[in-house]
Amino acid sequence: MGGATETFYSVIRRQGITRRSFHKFCSLTAASLGLSPLAAVSIANALETKPRVPVIWLHGLECTCCSESFIRSAHPLIKDALLSMISLDYDDTIMAAAGHQAEAILEETRAKYKGRYVLAVEGNPPLNEGGMFCIDGGKPFVEKLRSMAEESVAVIAWGTCASWGCVQAAKPNPTGAVPIDKVITNKPIIKVPGCPPIAEVMSGLVTFMTTFGKLPELDRHGRPSMFYSERIHDKCYRRSHFDAGQFVEKWDDKYARKGYCLYKMGCKGPTTYNACSAIRWNGGISFPIQSGHGCFGCSEDGFWDKGSFYDRLTAIKQFGIEANADQIGMAAAGAVGLTVAAHAAVTAAKRLTHNRDRAAHKSKPS
Amino acid sequence: MFVRGLPNRARKLLAAVDAAPTERCIGGGIACAPVRLWHWVNAAAILILSLTGYLIGTATPAMSGEATDNFLFGYIRFAHLSAGYVLSIGFLLRIYWALKGNAHAMQIFWVPLWRSCFWREVYQEIRSYAFLTVEPERRVGRNRLAQLAMFFMFTQTITFMVVTGFALYGQGAGTDSWQYKLFSWVFSIWPNSQDVHTWHHLGLWVIVTFALVHIYAVIREDTCRPGASDL
Repeated sequence: MGGATETFYSVIRRQGITRRSFHKFCSLTAASLGLSPLAAVSIANALETKPRVPVIWLHGLECTCCSESFIRSAHPLIKDALLSMISLDYDDTIMAAAGHQAEAILEETRAKYKGRYVLAVEGNPPLNEGGMFCIDGGKPFVEKLRSMAEESVAVIAWGTCASWGCVQAAKPNPTGAVPIDKVITNKPIIKVPGCPPIAEVMSGLVTFMTTFGKLPELDRHGRPSMFYSERIHDKCYRRSHFDAGQFVEKWDDKYARKGYCLYKMGCKGPTTYNACSAIRWNGGISFPIQSGHGCFGCSEDGFWDKGSFYDRLTAIKQFGIEANADQIGMAAAGAVGLTVAAHAAVTAAKRLTHNRDRAAHKSKPS
Repeated sequence: MFVRGLPNRARKLLAAVDAAPTERCIGGGIACAPVRLWHWVNAAAILILSLTGYLIGTATPAMSGEATDNFLFGYIRFAHLSAGYVLSIGFLLRIYWALKGNAHAMQIFWVPLWRSCFWREVYQEIRSYAFLTVEPERRVGRNRLAQLAMFFMFTQTITFMVVTGFALYGQGAGTDSWQYKLFSWVFSIWPNSQDVHTWHHLGLWVIVTFALVHIYAVIREDTCRPGASDL
């Protein structure tokens, strides 16, 4: 494993990446962070001079799609950047070391870089049965997570698993999986949700932390504002069809072929905070809506538990049945309407008999 | 006295409610002009909000032609958001009037649930609506059952709709807008705003249900009650 005293620049130069590519990466990252063109120079300077940040990358209950996301990114430098910019001292799934050798690195980093290393967590810990649903190196994962978080400077929650819980925390959640902020409460946690998060978002975040030596501005839920302050809907290229009232009605209709808005098909763009519609995927090639499918809302809390991915009005489970707001509301309004009608009928009948009684009373000879 | 434990001010207020003039349809009663004006502005806003809100939930049939030639959904949302502003400002003025106006103006915000005489009156109202007793010919202010329904189905729901409505508006207006700054605490309760949409939509049906009962009760009160003028 590379020493943390090396700079990012020296590492990538050794890997045969040209200085020209390096500067391209710096400008690209400055642009995606929303910084001025001059910031590219600061980024380049920081990456040339500052020692790499030691990072411990842990994997809990997860599918490794976060790792897959960036090692498959189209821009080769992005993955190199992420893997080289940080001194990735430990990463279960892609490191060469194994067994006791690997565990030794953990202890070494924990002691050597006490209070200086960043803990990146992919996946989350299950808590039921004493955490026995995820055993890592012979111990429950949650113990490893707690002990490594203890001496870290900050924690990055990669993906929806670590940020919100994702599929393993979906109802009924048999393993008791929880997002990492339920376990780590005394460290700053940066949530980078998405299933998986976008590669450029991941590298952008790490670049920011390396360059400026601080955490980026976080929103209410602990997500970096620069990537998660707008919804998919706000930058969607089909937004004009939404405002015009042009919606796809069925998956194979002519409106689908015309590329109308997928709102009626259950697109979660209006409620999903992520950068897909701005940065897109696979080096900016496409994103779900561009390929004709609505947004799942994969970077949002509990997105597996909100009923069908293809309904605009999502199911409400609090009532013990699966029904949406319209079904429940119409049933309630219907029941009340019938009651009102019945009550009106009884009132009218009462009034009629009352009047008849009065009339009979008046006409009675005294 | 049931009000012994209350602070002085609250006791005075309750006394004022009880002592307030009881006639309807005169300037001092529950039917005073500012409240009437608010009622109808509010009713219009709710009608627009319900119709456009339903359409926003289900979306319209597709419009034909170029996207640049159409702005149907935009106009529907504009109507919804403007009516929402009218309703919210009206609601704030109504709260002001509850504090400044006569004691009846307070009734939809102030329900003395802890007083047993209140529940006795509710019970009598229920019996009367269930045709179990001869109905009283004259009411003291608003009928207590109506007050209860008004508080829990109208006042509470409208407050909920205003708060969640502004939170959702803040999402579109952006994280640096005042709407987001003031109301984004809603997303601490429901981190996924899909839930806020769902509850906001359910609120529509609470209001619809309330309106059904409200309109029926008012028509019945004016035409069919024994003691109402023989029409």
